[in-house]
Amino acid sequence: MSFSILTLLLLSGCTQNLSIVHPAGPAAATIATLWWVLLVGAAAIFVLVMVLLLLAFRVRNANDSSDQEHERRWIVGLGLAFPVTVLTALLAYGLVIGEHLMPRAVPELVTVGAEARQWAWRFTYADMPSFETDGVLHIPAGKPIDVQITSVDVIHSFWVPRLAGKLDAIPGHVNVLRIEADLPGEYDGVSAEFSGAGYRMHDFTVVAHDAESWSAFIAGETP
Amino acid sequence: MNALRRHRALTRIWASDPGWRGWFTTVNHSDLGRMFLLLAVVYFFIGGILAMLIRAQLASPRSPFMGADVYNQIFTMHGTIMMFLFAIPLFEGLAVYFLPKLLGARDLAFPRLTAFGFWCYAFGGSMLLFALVAGIAPDSGWFMYPPLSSTLGSPGINPDFWLIGITFVEVSAICAAVEITVSILRYRAAGMSLSRMPIFAWYALITSLMILTGFPPLILGSLLLELERAFGMPFFQVELGGDSLLWQHLFWLFGHPEVYIIFLPAAGVISTILPVMARTTLLGYGWVVVAAIALGVLSFGIWVHHMFATGIPHLSLAFFSAASTLVAVPTGIQVFAWLGTIWKGRPHMHLPMLWIVGFFATFVIGGLTGVMVAVVPFDWQVHDTAFITAHLHYVLVGGFVFPMLAALYYWMPHMTGRRRFFKLGETAFWLVFVGFHGTFLLMHWVGLLGQRRRIDTYDAGSGWEVINLISSVFSFIMAIGFVLVLIDVVVNAAVKSRGPRNPWRAGSLEWAMPIPPPAYNFASLPLVTSRDALAASSDLAVRLAKGEGYLGAPRQNQRETLTVDIATGTPNSIVVYPRNTALPMLMAFVTGGMFLGMLIKAYWLVPLAGVGIIAFALRWVWTLGHRSDLGPQDAGHGLMLPYATEVEDPPGWWGSVFLLLANATFFGCLLFGYAFLWTVAPNWPPPAWAIASWPMLGAVVTGAILGPIGIRRAIGAVRREGSPALALGITMIGCACLILSGLSVLMSMPDPTRHAYDATVWVLGGYVLFHTGLAILMTGFLVARAKTGFMAPGRLGEARIVQLWIDYAACISLVAVSATFAPGLLS
Repeated sequence: MSFSILTLLLLSGCTQNLSIVHPAGPAAATIATLWWVLLVGAAAIFVLVMVLLLLAFRVRNANDSSDQEHERRWIVGLGLAFPVTVLTALLAYGLVIGEHLMPRAVPELVTVGAEARQWAWRFTYADMPSFETDGVLHIPAGKPIDVQITSVDVIHSFWVPRLAGKLDAIPGHVNVLRIEADLPGEYDGVSAEFSGAGYRMHDFTVVAHDAESWSAFIAGETP
Repeated sequence: MNALRRHRALTRIWASDPGWRGWFTTVNHSDLGRMFLLLAVVYFFIGGILAMLIRAQLASPRSPFMGADVYNQIFTMHGTIMMFLFAIPLFEGLAVYFLPKLLGARDLAFPRLTAFGFWCYAFGGSMLLFALVAGIAPDSGWFMYPPLSSTLGSPGINPDFWLIGITFVEVSAICAAVEITVSILRYRAAGMSLSRMPIFAWYALITSLMILTGFPPLILGSLLLELERAFGMPFFQVELGGDSLLWQHLFWLFGHPEVYIIFLPAAGVISTILPVMARTTLLGYGWVVVAAIALGVLSFGIWVHHMFATGIPHLSLAFFSAASTLVAVPTGIQVFAWLGTIWKGRPHMHLPMLWIVGFFATFVIGGLTGVMVAVVPFDWQVHDTAFITAHLHYVLVGGFVFPMLAALYYWMPHMTGRRRFFKLGETAFWLVFVGFHGTFLLMHWVGLLGQRRRIDTYDAGSGWEVINLISSVFSFIMAIGFVLVLIDVVVNAAVKSRGPRNPWRAGSLEWAMPIPPPAYNFASLPLVTSRDALAASSDLAVRLAKGEGYLGAPRQNQRETLTVDIATGTPNSIVVYPRNTALPMLMAFVTGGMFLGMLIKAYWLVPLAGVGIIAFALRWVWTLGHRSDLGPQDAGHGLMLPYATEVEDPPGWWGSVFLLLANATFFGCLLFGYAFLWTVAPNWPPPAWAIASWPMLGAVVTGAILGPIGIRRAIGAVRREGSPALALGITMIGCACLILSGLSVLMSMPDPTRHAYDATVWVLGGYVLFHTGLAILMTGFLVARAKTGFMAPGRLGEARIVQLWIDYAACISLVAVSATFAPGLLS
């Protein structure tokens, strides 16, 4: 009870720059929905188990059923059939979402590069080969973006919580993450892989432009 | 002989040395079990203090309490201590102390190995403790990802303490696992077939087999990373053909089974205690055993769920996601079997039961959040956030610490012989339970609000302040609860309030002995005809004390127990245990010298310690065996059994089989690493492949044929009462050929720092040299044993053990040589 009140308080009151539950793009929105589904399902199962546990201390059934009967009910029914059903459904749901979030070929795709180092981010743009920005990634709003992520030293992770999940920056590998911002604005990003003394401050900003300012940006005018 | 005189005679035979000497020379499982448990608890409180420092730091934004450098050491050591120096050793202690008592035996299979394992744990742990106190503790996280943990990210000595200290401690885990496996399979009461085994023994058996197959990948990873750090062999450096992802695979190949290695013993404790508390028997014993086995097997197929965000193709992720969700099924079976057990019984809310109820409320949440993070897209968001911190504490504290506290209060009367007089325990439970949920429930939410794990502080206005403050306040309430448990235990153990012999009216064998237990456990060994032996005959304890069981008559001051057939539990030999000795402690000390030499880069110390280890090992095995045939002995009730030294498969043979299982897993992981780098690492192929020479290929084939044939002919010769000298000579020549092939593997690549392939070839060559050297040493030992009359047609156990090791050396030599030269031959 107090938990849910607190939840409401926290949901409404605070800053949301890195919040998974305040999505600002399609990928993050899908995952936020997934979270609420998971929460409701988990809460229901938890309550079920707790009720069964409480009743075990309260109810004394006089007609002692046999061990076989108990086994059928508890182990085959609740222990085997119930989780298999729930988990199969959940797995399918998760895989469909995961497949949907993969960086598949789509029209109007914008490609950028993100190169991490201790403790800075450098971004490059496929549309402007010789141009790069430090600590700020510019993208067009409302368009799918592929971020090609890599690292030059230790392992880092590219994470803009309000836009999408995270993906690691690994030396020698290039990982591609699909992000998209619904609206123009600024979104906070951080590295989410521990990287030593400067880890906490290893952050960056994503600036999503409207169509007009994006064309200005790629034309090489003011970023 | 009456019960009291028998007790005195057995105590004289079985007692550890008096006074302080006893600590260092004891090989008694009760003593060593207590030492394991005590040291593990000490580390729990050290780890707990570190946790309190973390919560103090995170209580307020921009806390000036400590800087990132100190904070990184503290959270790294908190995880490391709790995992390696608390949880695993606590299981080992529990198993070492209780298994023989539960199984109706007088000790474990290899008492000196128990002691050696304990001292490795004690010495290895103190290396890490020293690093912590000296302020040079590991600081790249308990998961030690390179390049951060390699020379690039951490040029200092900090990670070396982790790699070397933890590997040292793992020697202890492997020893304990071999010991526990053989003990459960062979050292049981007469008539205790597998289906009559106490449920905890099943869990301990599965856990031990998991340690044997789960720890080798980490030992290999640590070895490779230390070789990279110390000698520049580039296993994890991408420019030189390595790949940092290799570490992650090896680490989580260990790391996920590790979680179940921690959970399964706790589940075993619950399956043991809960039916007693509910005055009934466990519902679905067979189902629970199968579920535990399934959990053990599945846990090896889900390591990649720690790597969902590393860019692995979605199809692979789908497989591992499915496996990770599937794990919830056997867990569900166990949870509902327990609930069903309570339903069919008449539960009483004694203190152990209170902790089990606390376990249910906590672990179920941890399991459910576990299913959540097995869903790949959700994990992409919450991975490395406080959500995971909360999840893992629900699983590990709820799923391990709470059941262990149930075990503590359940078995405390057994260990002390006392009744609980002061009732602080209930208060302590509520403080810990409320404190725990207050600390970690809201931490899920702050993770969803974007708080990452492992950040040393955060800014005001981030929206995380309130939750962090709540977490910190409740964490101190939890800490007070744990201290109260400690006080409760100490006070109750100190107050002389003698308790009844079987206070919970349990049906298992450990209560069929005087409490606190005597050094010999059972004055005579029981014959078991049902799963709950004590429930079946309530005067069992008295009858055993009167000597009505097996081996009731002390013989020649020998420490004796029975071994049984694995499946049926039919007795098949009498074991005579070694006496008190400081040898295990000294050998662990010298082993420590080897690890220390690597740590402080005093490499001259390594071969020196190696020679010391060999000397101690030879002394260790030389004391076993007899020079004459003793024949069948009276085990009581007219049962005549041979000594274990006069059977074909002595305990040492089984110990070698399971040690080789761990060893083969290690070698398999090395081959996996090689294949992984070849196919995944970007900078392959290497500058040059190793080129095979025909003499070298000839040497390995000759050696692989001569070694195994020679040892077989030697055994055959002894069986026919002939001389094994010639055949052992052939074995030697075979081993020498294998050494040559190992050397030529090593020499084929002059510079192991050039490319990861070259470095891998060196490790393969080193592995061959180590095992063929060992095979030569063992053959030499057999030559000496044959000369001094230890080998006879009826005493071939030792030779058959050596045969195992020679066969293994031949196999791995062939495989290693093929793996080294195949690419060169094919391209």
